[in-house]
Amino acid sequence: MARIGVFICHCGENISATVDCGKVAEVTSRLPGVAYSTDYKYMCSDPGQTKIKDAIREFHLTGVVVAACSPRMHEPTFRKACAEAGLNPYLCEMSNLREHCSWVHPKGDVTTEKAIDLVRTLVEKVKKNESLMPIKVPVTKTALVIGGGVAGIQAALDIANCGHKVIMVERDPSIGGHMSQLSETFPTLDCSQCILTPRMVEVAQHPNITLYSYSEVESVEGFIGNFKVKIRKKAKCVDEKDCTGCGLCTTLCPQKKIPSEFEQGLGFRPAIYVPFPQAVPNKPVIDKPNCTYFQKGKCRICEIKCPTKAIRFDQQDEILEVEIGAIVLATGFNILKTDFFPEYGYGKFKDVIDGLQFERLASASGPTLGEIRRPSDGKVPEKIVFVACAGSRDPAKGIPYCSKICCMYTAKHAMLYKHKVHEGNAYVFYMDIRAGGKMYEEFVRRAIEEDHAHYIRGRVSRIYEKNGKLIVKGADTLLNSMPVEIEADMVVLATAGVANDGAEELAQKFHVSYDGYKFFAEAHPKLRPVETNTAGIFLAGACQAPKDIPDSVAMASGAASKVAALFSNDELTREPLIAEVNRCAPPLFSTCTGCFLCQLVCPYNAIEREQITDRSGKLIKELAKINPGLCQGCGTCVALCKSKSIDIHGYTNAQVHTEVLALLNEYA
Amino acid sequence: MKLGFYPGCSMKGGSREYKESVAAVCKAFDIELVEVPDWNCCGATAAHNLNKELALSLPARILAQAEKAGLSEILIPCAACYNRLSVTQHELNENDKLKERVKSILGMDYQGTSSIINIIQMIDKYVLPNLDGKVVKSFNHLAACYYGCLLVRPHGILKFDRPEDPVTMDNVIRKIGGSPVEWAYKVECCGAGLSVSKTEAVARLSGKIVEDAADRGSQVIVVACPMCHLNLDMRRPESNKYLKRNIDIPVIYITQAIGIALGMSGKELGLQRHFVPVILKEKPEEPAPVKPAKKVVQTQEMEA
Repeated sequence: MARIGVFICHCGENISATVDCGKVAEVTSRLPGVAYSTDYKYMCSDPGQTKIKDAIREFHLTGVVVAACSPRMHEPTFRKACAEAGLNPYLCEMSNLREHCSWVHPKGDVTTEKAIDLVRTLVEKVKKNESLMPIKVPVTKTALVIGGGVAGIQAALDIANCGHKVIMVERDPSIGGHMSQLSETFPTLDCSQCILTPRMVEVAQHPNITLYSYSEVESVEGFIGNFKVKIRKKAKCVDEKDCTGCGLCTTLCPQKKIPSEFEQGLGFRPAIYVPFPQAVPNKPVIDKPNCTYFQKGKCRICEIKCPTKAIRFDQQDEILEVEIGAIVLATGFNILKTDFFPEYGYGKFKDVIDGLQFERLASASGPTLGEIRRPSDGKVPEKIVFVACAGSRDPAKGIPYCSKICCMYTAKHAMLYKHKVHEGNAYVFYMDIRAGGKMYEEFVRRAIEEDHAHYIRGRVSRIYEKNGKLIVKGADTLLNSMPVEIEADMVVLATAGVANDGAEELAQKFHVSYDGYKFFAEAHPKLRPVETNTAGIFLAGACQAPKDIPDSVAMASGAASKVAALFSNDELTREPLIAEVNRCAPPLFSTCTGCFLCQLVCPYNAIEREQITDRSGKLIKELAKINPGLCQGCGTCVALCKSKSIDIHGYTNAQVHTEVLALLNEYA
Repeated sequence: MKLGFYPGCSMKGGSREYKESVAAVCKAFDIELVEVPDWNCCGATAAHNLNKELALSLPARILAQAEKAGLSEILIPCAACYNRLSVTQHELNENDKLKERVKSILGMDYQGTSSIINIIQMIDKYVLPNLDGKVVKSFNHLAACYYGCLLVRPHGILKFDRPEDPVTMDNVIRKIGGSPVEWAYKVECCGAGLSVSKTEAVARLSGKIVEDAADRGSQVIVVACPMCHLNLDMRRPESNKYLKRNIDIPVIYITQAIGIALGMSGKELGLQRHFVPVILKEKPEEPAPVKPAKKVVQTQEMEA
C-alpha cells in the first residue's frame, strides 16, 4: 500500500496569492494512498526541507510530491532532502504550481481546483514510481576550445595549466581574434599586440594544447564527459611540417590586391598569405578563390620558388575525430559595417569608417604604420567626428541593447588621434557615457579634459559629402537641441557589436540556446554566467554578449575553472531517466519484435542490436538494446515502438497513463 | 481601372497644376480617378497639434466615406494628407477602443480596410509596368528627386521605400530617360507650414535644399508634395535672398515629368502655373571617356 506525502509550498506569495494552499493540502490529504499532507511558506528553506524529512521518517512515506515551483528550479533540492531521509530520490516528484498555475491564472476557486488536479495526477504517478540508481559514466579529460581570440586563449591556457589536454579550433589562419587587430587598449593605453602575442605563442608551444587553425567544427555528438567531435581542417595547401614560415611565397605571389581581412579592407594581401606578421601559427595558407592557379590553372610561382617545397595544391580538407570531455565556446563577436547605416551613406563614403578600421589606422603595424590618414586620399584629417551608439541602443535598428565597449574605445580613439595629430579636433557625439569599470571614468575624463576631445551630447542625423568634406549634422541636447553641423575630414562610427557570423548554426550544432540577437545564452544570468543549458558546454567572452578584454578574460578563466572542476572527477553521475527495452524469460526473451524502427529515429545513436542465441550459437532472435551511456531519455523510440516494448524509467507508459486517467476520472 | 482619389485642399487651390498633371497621367494609363464623395480636410498639422481625437476623426471620416463609396484603394497625391490618413488608419487598427471612440464621434461605420497609396506608389504600381512604348520624349535632364519629410515616414507605419535614402522617384526618373543626381537633401525638411508664419525659416531650409541641388549640377528638382513644391518654388525669391544667389532651377511634380516624357503639352500639365519658369535645359553631353592613366597606388607593406 502506497504511503505518499504531499507538501504544498506557498513560495512566499507567489503561489498563495492566487491558490488557496491550505485547501489544496486539505483536499489532497483525503486522496487514497496519501498518508500525510501539509503546506508551508517556503518549502525549499531549511525548516521546509526538515518538514519533508521528518514526515518521511514519521509516516514511513513511500513517495513524496512537492507542489511548488518548476522542477528545473528545485527538483535537485527536494530529491536530495528525500535521499537524506532514506527515501530513494526518484520517488520524489515536483508538481509545478507556480509557473503552471498561480502565475498564469487569477485568484479564485477555479485556480485552486486546477492546483488540486495537478497535485492529484502526480500523486497517482508517484504511486507507480520505482527506485532508480544514478548512472556512472567516465570523463574524457580533454577540453575543446572553439575560437582563438583572447577569451579562447585564456580558457585554453588555464585548462592546460591545470594539467588537462586542450584542443583549440580556430576558423581563421591565425589565432588572436579581434584583440590582435587593436592598436592600444583602454584604460591603460598599453599596446594590444604586446600583451597578446606572448599568450598566442604560449598556446602554440604549450605541451597540453593542440592547435587546429583554419579549422571548423563539423559535428558534435555525445554528452558531458563523452563528446565525440568531428573537426574539419580546411586545406591550407601548405605542408605545415615542411614550411619554415620564411614568407618568400607571400612576397612573390602575383595577386597583391586582395583586401586584407585583418586590415579591415584598408590594406591588401596576396593569395598566399599570413594574416599579420605576428600570426600564430606563422605559416601561410592559400586563399583558393583568389589564387591564380586555382582559378586559371596557371602560375604556381609559390610552388616553384618555395625553398622547402612545402606547397601542396592537391591538399584536401581533412576530418579529424576527437573525444572530448568538455567544450568552451569562445567564438567572439563582430561589429556592424558602415553599410548598415542609410543616414550615414550606406557605406558609400570612403572616409566614414568603423571602429575596427580606426584601430588599424592607429596601429603601428597597420596599413599607415600608425599614422592617422584618411582612406580616400591619405590626408591627415584635421577634424574627426566620432559617433558613439551607431546602431546600439536603437530599437528602430533592431539593436536595443548597449554594446558596452564603444564609450570606452571611442574615448580611446579620440585620445589616440589627439596624441598623433596635436592640432587636430576630435568631436564625439554620444547619448550617455557608460564608463563603469576600474579607471574607466577617469580615462574618459582624461580624453575630455587633458586631450580636449569635444564631447557633444546628441545624435547624428545625417552625414553627406560636399566638396571633399563630410558634413555631419546632429543636435546638441545640452544646448536645447541646437542643431550642430561639423565639416569633418573623417568620421568614425562606433558601430554596434553583434553576434559573430555563423553563431546561429554553431549554437544549433552544439544544442546551445541563444537569444534573439543570436548571442549564446548562459544557464542563469546571475548565478551560472559561464555555463550553458547543455551540460559540459561553457561560454567565454563576447559570444555571450559584447564585452571588453578584462571581462572576456575573466569569463574565460571562469569557464576554465568549471572545466577543471568537471575534470577533477574520474566519473560523472547521470540521471537514470533513460529508455530500456524490456526483457523477460525464454522463450519470449522480450516483447520486442526486432523491427528496429527505434534505431532509425534515435537522434543519439543509442540503440544497438542484441542477438539472442541458443547454446549452439544459433540465432534465435534479434532484439533492440539501449546503450545507457548514450541514451538521453528523449522518448522518441517509445513513441515509435509498435509493440510497446520500450519504457523510459521515471516516465513509463504506465505512469503517464495513470496520470491521464486520474485527470479523466475527475471529469467523468 | 478605377482608383479612389482624395484631392485634399491643395489640389483644389494652390496646386491645381499637380491635380492637372495627375489627371493627365492617369488618363494616359486608363486610370479613372473617383473622388471620395463629400470629403473633408485631413486636419493637417493644425489638428494633430491641438487635439488627438480631432486629428484622428477627420481622416477617419474621409476613409469611412471612401469605404461607403466602395473605394478599396485611394490615391492621395498630397504627402501631408497621405501621412495623416495612413497614421490614422494604423492607429485605429492597432487600438480597438480608440476605433470605437472615433466611430461614435463620426456616427459612421469605419472598418479601416481601404489601402492608401501616394503618388509614387501609384506610379510604381500602375504606370511603370505599362510605360513601354509610351515615352516619346526622353526626359533628358539631371534631376534632383526631393522626397521631403512625410512621403516615406514614419517608416514603421508606411513600410515603403528606404526612410533615409528613398529611391522610388529616382527609379521613375531613370525609366523616363532622366538622370537622378546623388545629393544630400532628399529627405530634409523644407519648412512646411512655416511658409506663412515664419517665412525666414522656410527661406533658410528650402534655400539649403535648392542650393545643394544646384551645386550638384541639377537642372530640375522633382517633387511629389504640394507643400514642398510651394516652398521650393513660390518661396524662391526669399530663399535666393537668403542664399545671396540667383538660383533658377525649376521645380516640377513627378507627374509633370512623366507627362513631359509622354509628350504632353505644358498647358495640359499646368507647367505655366509655376513661379519659377519651367525652362528645362538638356543634360550636357558627357565628354568622351578618357582612358585614365594608370595610377600608382602606394600601399605600405604590412611587414614594414
